[in-house]
Amino acid sequence: MSGVRVIRGGMLTTIQDTGRWGYQSRGVPVAGPMDPVSHRLANALVGNERAAATLEVTLLGPELEFEDERVVAVTGAEFEIMLDGRPAPHGTPFLVAKESHLRFGQRRRGSRAYLAIRGGVAVPPVLGSRSTHVISAMGGLSGRPLRTGDRITLGVADATRPTAAPPSDPVVELPSRPARLRVLAGPQADAFTSDALDTLQSAPYTVGQQSDRMGFRLEGPRLTHARGADIISDATPLGVLQVPASGQPILLMADRQTTGGYPKIATVISADMAVAGQLGPGDTIAFAVCTPREAMAALIAQERALMVLEMRRQ
Amino acid sequence: MNAFRIVPAGDAALIVEFEARIDPSVNARAIQLAEALQAARLQGVLDVVPTFRSVAIYFDPLHTNGDALLARVEAEAAKPSSDRDSGRPAVRVPVCYGGELGPDLAAVAAFSHLSEAEVIAAHTARTYRAFMVGFVPGFAYLGIVEERIAMPRRDTPRVRVPIGSVGIAGVQTGIYPMETPGGWQLVGRTPLKPFDPDRAEPFLITAGDAVQFYAIDHDRFLDMEREGLLVPPKPPSEGGSRASS
Repeated sequence: MSGVRVIRGGMLTTIQDTGRWGYQSRGVPVAGPMDPVSHRLANALVGNERAAATLEVTLLGPELEFEDERVVAVTGAEFEIMLDGRPAPHGTPFLVAKESHLRFGQRRRGSRAYLAIRGGVAVPPVLGSRSTHVISAMGGLSGRPLRTGDRITLGVADATRPTAAPPSDPVVELPSRPARLRVLAGPQADAFTSDALDTLQSAPYTVGQQSDRMGFRLEGPRLTHARGADIISDATPLGVLQVPASGQPILLMADRQTTGGYPKIATVISADMAVAGQLGPGDTIAFAVCTPREAMAALIAQERALMVLEMRRQ
Repeated sequence: MNAFRIVPAGDAALIVEFEARIDPSVNARAIQLAEALQAARLQGVLDVVPTFRSVAIYFDPLHTNGDALLARVEAEAAKPSSDRDSGRPAVRVPVCYGGELGPDLAAVAAFSHLSEAEVIAAHTARTYRAFMVGFVPGFAYLGIVEERIAMPRRDTPRVRVPIGSVGIAGVQTGIYPMETPGGWQLVGRTPLKPFDPDRAEPFLITAGDAVQFYAIDHDRFLDMEREGLLVPPKPPSEGGSRASS
C-alpha cells in the first residue's frame, strides 16, 4: 500500500479520526481532532468519509513526501503551504504528484491545520479508532507524533468519490482577539459563589503556556468555590471548565482524562469547540453564558453549512 | 434511599448525580444505571460513564431527542436499586510485595505500626470493590482499604511508576496499567497487565467488579511476567502438563 514519508515531523503532528468513543467507562480518553469542523471539512474536500483519519498539524508544520498521486486538502489554521516549492491553496483540494514534497511553512492564523489525503491515513485502529492519544501511547503511529523517517500508510484512493466544493465563507471562523466562546452553566455551577458566572464573563482569560491537547490552563479573573475545590471524582466532558483550588479554570479538550476531581462551573457549547480548538498559548478568550436554545441553534447552523458543502460535491 | 438529580453538562452530556459519598451501595446504583443505559443502546448516545456516585451520558445533540433521552434517563434512575452484585467472578490479582517491586511497603509498615508481613496480610485480606475506572485506560479505583494501612499519597509524586505497580492512597488501592507519573504508595507489583489493547479482553477490571489480591514470591512473579498472562493459570491437572516451550 502506498504511503507518505515524513521528512520533518513538525512540532506536534498527529493522526486523528473522529475519536475513540465508547470506552470512557474503561478510562480510555476520546482524543480526536481539536477542531472537529475543520477535520470534517478537510475530509469532505478530498471525498473521504467523515470519520477518515487526517493529520492534525500544530503550530510548526511537517514536510511530507508522497509515494503516489493523491488529492489533498488543508483546512483549519492558515499556514503557508508549499508544494515542491510553489504555493498551494488553503481550503481547496489540490493534486499532489508522485514523489512530490508538501511542506508547511509560516503559520498565519489559528493553531491547528488538518491535512486530509484522499483514501485517508490507514494506520491500524486501536479500540475502534485511529486517533493518536500521546499520553496513553495509543492509536496513530505507535501512539506518538510523527517524526523524521516515519512512513504512514494511506488507504485506497477511490477516484469515483466526489469532492466537496470549497466553501465561499469560512465554516470555522479563526479566533479573533479575544475568541468568543459561549458556555452553558454547569454541571456544578452551584459549587461556586453566586457571582462566579458573572466573574467568568467579566474579562478575557489568557491561554497559558502549559496548554496542550488535554486542556488549556487559563489565566484571568479568579473563580471562588462555595465549598472547597475537591469533589468526588466524576466524568469530565469535552469543553468543560474545571476549576482547581487556584480559582483559575482549565478548559478540557480532546485528550482530557475521562474523570477528574475538581468542580466544573460551565461547559463550552458544541458549536464553539472548533474555535476553541484553534487556540494556543497567549490567545485570549471571552466567555459568554448562553441558553440551551442558542447552543442548539448554533450547532444546527454549523451542521447545515457543512451538509451544504458535503452535498455540493463535484 | 434513591435520591438523585440530573444536570446537563453543556449541550452534549447529561450527568446523573446520586448522593455525594463514596459508598458501595451508592456506587452500585450508579453502575447499575450505566449498565442499563449501555444495554438500551439509545439513539444518539455515544458513551455512558459510571463514576463513584454519578453517571455521565454523552450524546450527539443532532441525532438525539433531548427530551426523550432525559425522560428515559430519569425513568431508569428512579428504578429501585437491586442488591445483586455484578454477577462476574472476583478478579484475583497476584502481587509480589515489597523489595524493588514495592518500594513503599516499608513506609506503609512504619505508618501503620505493623510489620511488612502484617501489611501484606491486611492488604490481601479484603475483597475490594472497583468503584470507578478512570485516570488512564484500565485504572480501577479499588476500595475500601483497612484504616490501619490507609496511608495518604506521597508528598511528591514519582515521575514514572512502572506498569503493574500496586499502590495505596488513603482508603483506595489500585494497579497502574501504564507507565505514568503517580503519587500512590507502591507496596508491590503484579505480573498481570491491567490494560492491553491487543488482547481479546483489553481490560482486567470493570467498574463494579470484586477484586482480591494474593501474594506471590519474586520467582513466581518473573515466571508469570514471562508468560504474559491475563488470568493466572489453573493448578496443573493430574497427568497433564503443558508442552514446554
